[in-house]
Amino acid sequence: MLTCKQASQLVSQSLDRPLSLPDRIRLRFHLFICDACTRFNQQLNKLRIAVQALRGNIENDSAIQLPLEAKARIVKHVSDSSESNQH
Amino acid sequence: MIGANVNDWLNEHGDYLYRFALARLRDPHQAEDAVQETMLAAIKNNSFEGESTPRTWLTGIIKHKIIDIQRKQIREQPLSDLVDLDATDNSMDDFFDQTGHWLERPQVWDMPGSALEQKQFLATLSKCLDNLPAKLAALFMMRDVHEIDNEKICKELEITATNAWVMLYRARMGLRKCLEMNWITG
Ligand SMILES: [Zn+2]
Repeated sequence: MLTCKQASQLVSQSLDRPLSLPDRIRLRFHLFICDACTRFNQQLNKLRIAVQALRGNIENDSAIQLPLEAKARIVKHVSDSSESNQH
Repeated sequence: MIGANVNDWLNEHGDYLYRFALARLRDPHQAEDAVQETMLAAIKNNSFEGESTPRTWLTGIIKHKIIDIQRKQIREQPLSDLVDLDATDNSMDDFFDQTGHWLERPQVWDMPGSALEQKQFLATLSKCLDNLPAKLAALFMMRDVHEIDNEKICKELEITATNAWVMLYRARMGLRKCLEMNWITG
């Protein structure tokens, strides 16, 4: 029998690699009888969706722009370093 | 003329690349660095044959530059924390009792419905990411936001798969706890 601590570790790992068959069966059985870990499993799925929504919000926010000073710094840095390469 | 190229690229794609990097690195200075490194690499290898558009080509470059920055951020931290990690350690004592039962049972999360709730929720999530130890946050961003697969992460960071799982587990446990404590709805 898995403890909740072990089950929660497997839930997290399942986001990063396919679990072995025995682990998958043990986890499924634990989730079947354990509300707390089932909620934890749902939380991690929601967390992943949420951080990707956060990423999307920044990517699509046209108010966020490369600051003009940053742009000037980049142009200067790139032309400086390509000049020094030529000497 | 080199300057003209960089200017054109930045005018055309600078904002896009900056947002792409900011969404993954969460730090304006690091995002600027990523754009700069991308321009340097693009100048050196000025060809996007085989790619559909200059933007696709530049995006491909910045993806790698972001990983470089994340790797640096994680590896600059003391190494001892990395090698100490073990799934059997006691760092989860805040969450589980001696017999492995939850000390506080996870709650049901009702995800935000309205646009305003969504905005508040994401603001809280952002604060929770800030509160994580920097290394855990960087690894979490690499895996769950930049969506680099585990194998590549282990190779880039020269850590074992177990190290990566344990750190990601800790990061997720920390984030969900923080969200439960700080996300006030209604
Ligand atoms: Zn359980």
